[in-house]
Order: sequence, then C-alpha cells, then structure tokens
Amino acid sequence: MVTLEEIKEYLKSYDGPEINIMEVCGSHTAAIAKNGIPGILSPWIHLLSGPGCPVCVTPSSYVDKLLELAMEPGNVIVTFGDLLRVPGSTPVNLSQIKGKGARVEMVYSPLDMVPLAKNEPDKTFIFAAVGFETTTPAYALLIDTLIRDQIQNVKLLTALKTMPEVIDHLCANGAPIDAFLAPGHVSVITGYECFEPIARQYRIPFGVAGFKGQELLAAIYGIVKLVGQGRVVNFYPSVVSRQGNAAAQKLIDQYFERADVAWRGLGVVKGSGKLLKDEYSRFDAGSRGLVEDHKANRACCCDKVLMGKMKPTECPLFGKVCTPMTPQGACMVSTEGSCFTWLTNHRTQ
Amino acid sequence: MEKVISMVHGSGGQATGELIHEVFAAEFDNETLDLMEDSAVVKGGSRIAITTDSFVVTPVEFKGGDIGRLCVCGTVNDLLMRGAEPKYLTCGAILEEGASVDQLKRVIHSMAETAREAGVQIVAGDTKVIEGSGGIYINTTGVGTVPKDRDISSGNAEAGDVILVSGTMGDHHAAILSERMNIETDIQSDNAPLGEMVGNLLAAGIRVHTLRDVTRGGLATVLKELAEAAGKQFVLEEEAVPVTPKVRDFCGMLGLDPIYMGNEGKLAAIVDREDAENALEIIRHSRYGKDAAVIGRVEDGEPGRLVMKTGIGGERVLGVLQGEGLPRIC
Repeated sequence: MVTLEEIKEYLKSYDGPEINIMEVCGSHTAAIAKNGIPGILSPWIHLLSGPGCPVCVTPSSYVDKLLELAMEPGNVIVTFGDLLRVPGSTPVNLSQIKGKGARVEMVYSPLDMVPLAKNEPDKTFIFAAVGFETTTPAYALLIDTLIRDQIQNVKLLTALKTMPEVIDHLCANGAPIDAFLAPGHVSVITGYECFEPIARQYRIPFGVAGFKGQELLAAIYGIVKLVGQGRVVNFYPSVVSRQGNAAAQKLIDQYFERADVAWRGLGVVKGSGKLLKDEYSRFDAGSRGLVEDHKANRACCCDKVLMGKMKPTECPLFGKVCTPMTPQGACMVSTEGSCFTWLTNHRTQ
Repeated sequence: MEKVISMVHGSGGQATGELIHEVFAAEFDNETLDLMEDSAVVKGGSRIAITTDSFVVTPVEFKGGDIGRLCVCGTVNDLLMRGAEPKYLTCGAILEEGASVDQLKRVIHSMAETAREAGVQIVAGDTKVIEGSGGIYINTTGVGTVPKDRDISSGNAEAGDVILVSGTMGDHHAAILSERMNIETDIQSDNAPLGEMVGNLLAAGIRVHTLRDVTRGGLATVLKELAEAAGKQFVLEEEAVPVTPKVRDFCGMLGLDPIYMGNEGKLAAIVDREDAENALEIIRHSRYGKDAAVIGRVEDGEPGRLVMKTGIGGERVLGVLQGEGLPRIC
C-alpha cells in the first residue's frame, strides 16, 4: 500500500517524459484548484481541463434559442444558476434580459418545475436542460412526472451530452493527451466500461477519480504510472462500478435517443448527445438542429482550451477583456469552467 | 382578511401616522423617539462612528432570523468592527404595496428585540410605501462612540499577528439559498450582534489590530481586502477554517465554497501573536463564539497576497469573490 506522502513525493520528483493529463469533469477542475494540486506535481506533469463543464460546451445557438423563448410572452425560463450569464452569439445573456422583463427562475432540481407549473397553468415553463449523463436521469424523471400528473405546460430545451463520444473525438483529432482523469459522477451512471474501447484504441490510460484531494492524487499517481497502456482503472470504487446504474440508464433510454449534437468550439460530434424521442416531442421546446456556434468575441479561445491545446492563461483575452464579470466565452462563466477556476485561483500551471 | 400595506400608508396622513405608531413606535419605544421630532437629539462623544446599510433580503423571514434582526446585527457589527460602542440606530423602512402588516409587525418586533440585545436605541425613523408586490426593505444607520485611544482598523495587521474567526463559515448564506431554492435543510442563519464578544476582547486588554465582520463575499474576500489594506501576506490553514458538516455538504451539492459565502454574525480578528490564545478562549466563552478558531497568520511576504495551505499540502492563492456566487449545475 502506497501512502499519501509517498504518492506526493513521487509526483513532485517525477522527471520522466512530459505528461499531459486531462480531466474531463468540471467538478474535477474545481477540486484540483481548491486543493492546490498543480503545485504538488512535478513541472513535467500538466493538468488540462477538458470539455466537462456542461455550461461551457453549450453552443451559442442554444443560448440564442433560450433568449428567444424567454422574450416570448407567457414563457418562463427555468434554469440552474450557471447558465444565467453565458453569452450566445452576441454578448447578451439570460441575466440581462431578465432585467428587461423576461421571467427567469432558478431552481436546484428539475422536479422543482412541477409545483411551479401547477401553480400557473396559463404559463409555459421551459427548462434549460443542459448536462451530461449525470443530470439526464433527472430530466427523464421530470418527463415521467409530467406524463403521470398530466402536466401540459412544461417543455425542455435540451443540450444533453455524453462523455465517451467526445473523449473519442478529442483523441481522434489530435488533442495532446497522455492520460485521462475519467469523470467520477458520470461514471456512477455509465459505469467505467464505456471508456475501455477508447483506452484500448488510443493506448491511453483512464483513471476514474473521486473529488477529494487524496482521491485525485491517488488517481493521478495511478495513471502517471500507466502512461502508454490502454487501461481503465477505477480509483473511485465506493460509488463507481463497471456497468454503472442500470435503472438510470433505462430511464434515460425510455425518453431519450442518441443524437449528433454540437459542442461549443468543437462542432457537431457524432453520437455525442441525447435528444427527446419523437413520441415525446411535445415536451421539446425546439432542441433539434441547434448546431450553429458563433463566438461572441472572435479572439475567444474556448475551443482550444476545451481541446487541451491551450492553457487558459495563454488566451489573449484571459483576465483582460475576459473576466468572470465580463465573460467572452462560456469557460469564464461557470464556477467549474476552466478559465474561471484558473483565474479565480491564480493558477499558472 | 389579512391586513396589507397600501399606498395610503405612504400618504403622510392619518394612515401613515397609525402605521408608525402601531408598528414601529410601539416596539422601539424610547424617550428620544417618543418625542416624534424631525430629528433625534442625543448625547454624544468626542469620536463618533457612523455607518449605514440597506437590507433587501429575500425571503424577509428565514431560518434563524429575519430582516428585522438582520438590519440591527449588520449595522451594529459594522460599528463594533472599528472598536466603537454602538449607541443609536435609525430605521428607514420602504414597504411595497401588498406587504403583510402581520409580517411587518413580526420583523419590527424582532428588530426591537435585537436592538435591546445589542444595547442600542432606535431613535429616528421613516416609512415610505412604493408600488410593488409585498416586499419589505429596511435601511439602518448606526451611530457609536469610539474611546479616545482605540485604533482598530483594516490596515493595522502586523507580521506575526494571528488570524481568528469567531465561528463557522457560510451559515447565513446557506440558510438564505436553501430557502430561495426550496432545498430541505435545517441550516440556520447565524445573524447575531457581536457586542458582547468584542466587548470581552477589549475589556481583557487583548491587542486587537483589526476586526472585520465576515459578510457578503465571505471569509476569502474579507481577508484578501485586509491583506491588501495592511500590505502583508496572509496565510490560512484550510483544515482550521470551521465549517459545519451540514454547510459543507450543502456547498458540495451546489458547487459553492464556504470561504466565499456570507455570514451575518461572525467576525475575523487579527490580534497580536502573544494574545492569540487568550483571544481564542475569550471568543469561545462569549455569546455566538463557541466554534471560534485560529485559522492563520500574517507574514511580511508578498503584500496583499492571500494564500491557503490545503489539507493535502497544496497551496491555493485566493482572491476576492468573482461574480455572484451562483450555484453550479451538476
């Protein structure tokens, strides 16, 4: 058994070939900064933040559509907090149009929609349903409830993404990555099996990691030792299994189908998302075909940052034009966005 | 039928007078206010501390407190942080049409009770009614006296000083957010007047260099500002910062960070190193201070730098809160 001290000593004194490790989960990005992990690692080990913050990867056409729906009389937009300040194809965001009379409500769980919708049957409540495999079951549960309670005035504008396909896309398109920290929460639902074909094909190790400092360090240590080997190792066995949560997967499959969807900065990635099935299209507020993606600021480098091809600090807008108060790209908005966490934690490596 | 505020309560006529007497004067009841003059004339001192604060919290009543208690605590604590002895408050109420009179009575009663606890008199007031949907907003201005030689200020921290906090971080913020977002939890707001605690520290002769109440922006924001004001480097120990398990879980769920969340009854104190142990004991034995802790120290280092040593031995450089502290989404 290796101790934490031994792990730290190894990672600090590592002087082998340079290693790029990508974490593809926004919560990992935030946890890495909060725990001060970059400073514990050797200068030869680099941590890159991937497309794992759902707000960061939402294309501009989605935000534009949301803004358009918000301005229609009788509509109420319901969202999680982060999405309020993401710009669309122009710098305008939900928070600003809220100030101009659009009604935007913030909730914690999609199911909080139900009492809202029941109280005001003359309004149409539109949930900004963004997220990964972790959040999708909650939307499926919402649809389940809407059908059961015969609630007619709720729709979803979806931007639902799946991890394995986008990771495959990064590997196939030359992202300079030697190892992945696989997303802990997503893996709870999907299981880690889904990463095995990618690991084998590209000979890249995956470490499924938890969110505590020790858990992250253990996973980093594990995958550093496995560089060059196409293996998936589960460092988060307390909650993650190989097959994942079958009940949640079934619930997702009941209402949603696999689809080609657009990612901010990456374009359309084959099979990398979920859309409501045709038979449930009455719950869809217009999610299909939202593939356009324009930068609010042409110099924004979110795309390169999300691919691991650039550090946030290398973007010419970082910390100057683009700050959490004046975000030019989505990565500076969310508390889990890579640019936001690099800036607010004064991260340089 | 429930009595509600209407525009006539803001007319300046009979209805206004009735509202003021029935709701405000009845609760605040003191000789100065009872004169109902255009301004209050009070006894003073040679050094006067003045502060003002407007309270617009939603909901008006929340777990562990309400806007009435909050508007006394916030203002009284601001006076205390300069070493002032709080004496008088004003109460400027802005009521929206439709506000419940019963609710208004409850918060004004709470305001009066908290003022008594804090040892201040509410000696002047004003009430306005505006169009709206039942909101209640209160501005309080506070006046205190500062003893002649007392010098407690944000720039006074010296290298070697010790940084303490008087209790757990993030409670008020978490309580308010849980109400707004309908999240079931029994986290209580910590809104409290800190007069007894500050009084005990000063009476014991603790060399207090700086005091700051840890309100909006949270501990990190407040300490970053103090580090800049003093031109010193502050070093914190992550594991020493007290946070209740409930608030920690709540933050974990929403992606919030307790050191960026507001309190309304907690202070950070920077004291001479030799007095640190005594100061900690005194705060722990004062009302609202049982969870106090030493959390860091002041160094010469890089001026204005705030750094936290993390539990696993990393370093995290902290800045002021960016944005609104919105919960993240998954």
